[in-house]
Order: sequence, then structure tokens, then C-alpha cells
Amino acid sequence: MAELAERPASWTGRHPELGTGLVSYEDSISPEFAELEREAIFRRAWLNVGRVEQLPRKGSFFTKELAVARTSVIVTRALDGQIRAFHNVCRHRGNKLVWDESPRGETSGVCRRFMCKYHGWRYGLDGRLQFVLQEEEFLDFDKADFPLVAVNCEVWEGFIFINLAAEPGQPLLEFLGPMVRGLEGYPFHLVTERYAFKADILSNWKIFLDAFQEYYHASILHSQQQVPALRNFETGFKVPHFQIDGPHRLISTGGWKGVPRHMTPPDQMYPIECATQAGLLGPWERPDIPELDPASLPAGINPGKLDPWSISNFQLFPNFVILLYERGWYLTYHYWPTSHSTHVWEMSFYFPPARNASERIRHEVTAVVSKEAGLQDAGTLDGTQMGLESRVISEYPLSDQEITVRHLHKAVGDWVQSYLRGGQAVRA
Amino acid sequence: MSGTVLPQAFTDLEPFAAKWCIPAEAARYAARLASTMPEMQAFYDAAFPRVPDAMAHLDQFPLHELPERELNLLHLVYSLVMVSLPVEVWHQPRVIDSGTAYFDRYLEPVP
Repeated sequence: MAELAERPASWTGRHPELGTGLVSYEDSISPEFAELEREAIFRRAWLNVGRVEQLPRKGSFFTKELAVARTSVIVTRALDGQIRAFHNVCRHRGNKLVWDESPRGETSGVCRRFMCKYHGWRYGLDGRLQFVLQEEEFLDFDKADFPLVAVNCEVWEGFIFINLAAEPGQPLLEFLGPMVRGLEGYPFHLVTERYAFKADILSNWKIFLDAFQEYYHASILHSQQQVPALRNFETGFKVPHFQIDGPHRLISTGGWKGVPRHMTPPDQMYPIECATQAGLLGPWERPDIPELDPASLPAGINPGKLDPWSISNFQLFPNFVILLYERGWYLTYHYWPTSHSTHVWEMSFYFPPARNASERIRHEVTAVVSKEAGLQDAGTLDGTQMGLESRVISEYPLSDQEITVRHLHKAVGDWVQSYLRGGQAVRA
Repeated sequence: MSGTVLPQAFTDLEPFAAKWCIPAEAARYAARLASTMPEMQAFYDAAFPRVPDAMAHLDQFPLHELPERELNLLHLVYSLVMVSLPVEVWHQPRVIDSGTAYFDRYLEPVP
């Protein structure tokens, strides 16, 4: 209890810049504001577009559709091993350079060069224009003047980030800041068995971010995570640790009423969890990989020193989330706006590669159970968007543990204001 | 053994193999939504008690070199996992309060 006594009574009170007043979600229902976000945030902030495991070999590439920036990007590992990104636009007539079945779809593969389907112009993996059909017919023309348009691209802990600004306002590491960089050293490279999901969501991107960055809803919306005897709509769940650093947020939890799921009595779990020894928070048995032992994890993963600790939820501005689980796996979310009231949402689960069928089955249980919880979170979103768009209510209250919601909308507003003032994108 | 697709020790599950040996989660989820609760309950009642045996049996083989019958059994266990939440938690094929939400799993390990 001594540790509890040292904590301030209010998380929100620690951040006077956030205020305590009612909050408007006009930023989530206004087409004009969405246009401002496109310029102020998505064309200025560092955006995660994937991981190095998606580019296993020299010549590996994938394309990423970024409707929010009205562009498509090719990310590739060139022959020198370096990862680079380019706008996916042919220099000749503007055709989309790399696509497979449809120009609107994403693709991936391995190649030596990119050839435009239209007139056969060919580009190296380093972006240089290598071949022009009937080059002599182009007047005053030098191939060297027409490389693919490069996009700033940096790799951090195996995560590939791009920045669409001509000159990023900050280097990636400065943008990430010390709290997020507390993840450095986590063995992401050992946790590579991936389950990836995609969904078209009928809400503003921030509304879904909000749904996954507070746990006030957990005991109600996800009441069925408890067996019927334990369901209770009168007592809630309170998150024990928050942190804010610049535009980024961190939430850590210890478990339902402080008890990790794998340690609860069998009669307080569902039969499938006991039969397979896996559930929402992962396989019960942590893989015997020394780097994944919580004692060897970087201190920044559980900066609140929670004991027990079960999840740390890193919210990287603007649209990227990494959740690390004490049971030795992690997941990511990405939220890609497609309009002021819609977005494409991506979720990936990453486990250490299964070494036998039992491990694979446990991963499957966790992937299925977690997806079902996520479906409940997603299920509320169009209803929230409709309620906000009714404009019946202009301002809403937030509880102390919803500080993360308050902070996201403040950070978004700060970046937009900074852009409107003509300043560089700065850490909020 | 002719006409059977599962390992010999699991012949009791053969009646469910044709419908539930499904390699990909997207197809398993679709099969679940297209099934009635009595159908899923019958599969669950038969397969759930065999899960520990199935895991022990499958662990005798390298995961990436499973013989065809073992691979079928693994896919059947995946389907058991898929129907377990409708049977144990939701008491309906769809997740309660999931509205119109639909997540498409487009990438997963094989097997």
C-alpha cells in the first residue's frame, strides 16, 4: 500500500495542460478537420507501415496504400540490404507503378526491378530509372533526372517508419521520445509468428483509438470475459498506471482485480481456456525464451513497476499501437483514415514461432478470443459516430482513467494548431 | 480406414471431419456463422473432451511435417476452438454486441 500512497490522487491532475473540462469530439465528425489532419498530421508525423520481417530478402518489397495522404508507397529492401521507401508513381505519365490485381490493392513480393505496366519503364530497387523504351524519342532527356520520388524511411526496433514531409520536423528517434524508446531491446525479432487482420470501420479513426486506450469499458462491454457467476455491472475496473510523453501515451495493467488470468481458479475460467491452457492474455505458459522473461525485459516496458504486470499498451502518435503481454507475445493496431467518418483498421498478433502443434493451438485460442473481444469494441463504433454526428450534445465528460482519450484529442488539436500557425510539427 | 481422414485413434470424430477440417480461420469463421447452435453443440460435445488427446498426439510429429491425417486433426481442433466461444460464452453464433463489425484474417501461419 505504500506504493499506492505515493501516487497522486488524479492522473489527469498530473497534466494540467490537459485540463479537466468537458471534451468536444467535433474533431471526429468534421470533414474540414479531417482535411486539416491529412496535412498537419499524416503528411508530417512518422508513420509505421510494417516490420522488417515483411522484407526478408534483397529485392523483397510491399506496397502500402495511404488514402489519408492520397498516395501509395513502395517499401523495399534494395540489393545493398538497405530498406527504402518511394511514392508508387511512375515518373513518365503518373501511372501507379507496382500493383497486382487492382491498382487500389496492396501487393508484395520479391523482384530485381520495378517495371511500369503502361510503357515498360524500369526502376531499380534504389529508385533509379534504369530503362526507358525508345529512349531516343524523348527530347532533352536524361534518365538520371527521373528517379522514383523517395519517401523518408527509418527503421526502429524492426518497425519501418516513413515520413511524407519533404523534410521531417524531427528525426524519428526524437519524435518517439524516451517513453516509447523504453521499448528498445524487446526481442521483437524472436516474436514473428504473425496473425494479421483488416477491417473497414464506420467511424472516425480516433473513435476506435479511444475504444482501445481506456479500460473503463472493460467490465461492461466485455462482461462475458468473466464467467456468469463473476459478472458484475456495479464494480468497475481501474487501470493502475498511465504515462504521457509528448504526443504518445502508455497504459499498463496488472490483471482483473490484480490477478493474472492464468492464475485464476479453473471455475472462474471458460472450459476452452483450461483445456488448451491459453486465453485472452496469451498461452498460460510463457515460452522458455530467456529474452522474454519479464526479469530480462527492458525496464521501460513496465515503467510503473506493476507487480503483477500483464499488459503495457504503447500508443504511438498518431495511429500506431503496440501492446506487450507478460506472457511473451505482442500485438499491434493501425488506424488509417479513409474519410472523416471511416477508416481501415489493422490488427496483428505476434507470437514466438510455435515449435509444436500444442503451441500453435494455444496461439490460435488467443488469436480467436482476442478477436472476439475486439469485435465487441468495434461493434460500438458506428453507434458512437452516429451519436456524435447528431450534434445533440456538444461536450462530454471524461473520467480520470480516460485521460488517454483526453490526451489524444488534445495532441491532435495541438498538431493541427501548430500547422495552422505555420510552424513545424512539434512534440505536443 | 477407407473413407476416413483422421488418425485412427480419433475415428469417433470422423462424422465431423467433412464439415470442420478447415485450414483457414476466415473459412472457419464463415462456417460458424452459417451453423446452428445445435450443430456446433454436437461438434463441441464430441470434440471438446478429445482436445488434450489431440494435442498430445499431434505433438509427436514435427509441426511442419504433419502427415495428412494429423493435419486434418489439427484443422479440426482449430474449428473446435472457433465454436467454443459460441457454445461456452455467447450461446449464439455471433459475438454478442459486435454490431456490424467484421475482421478479416488475411494472414496466418501454415499450418
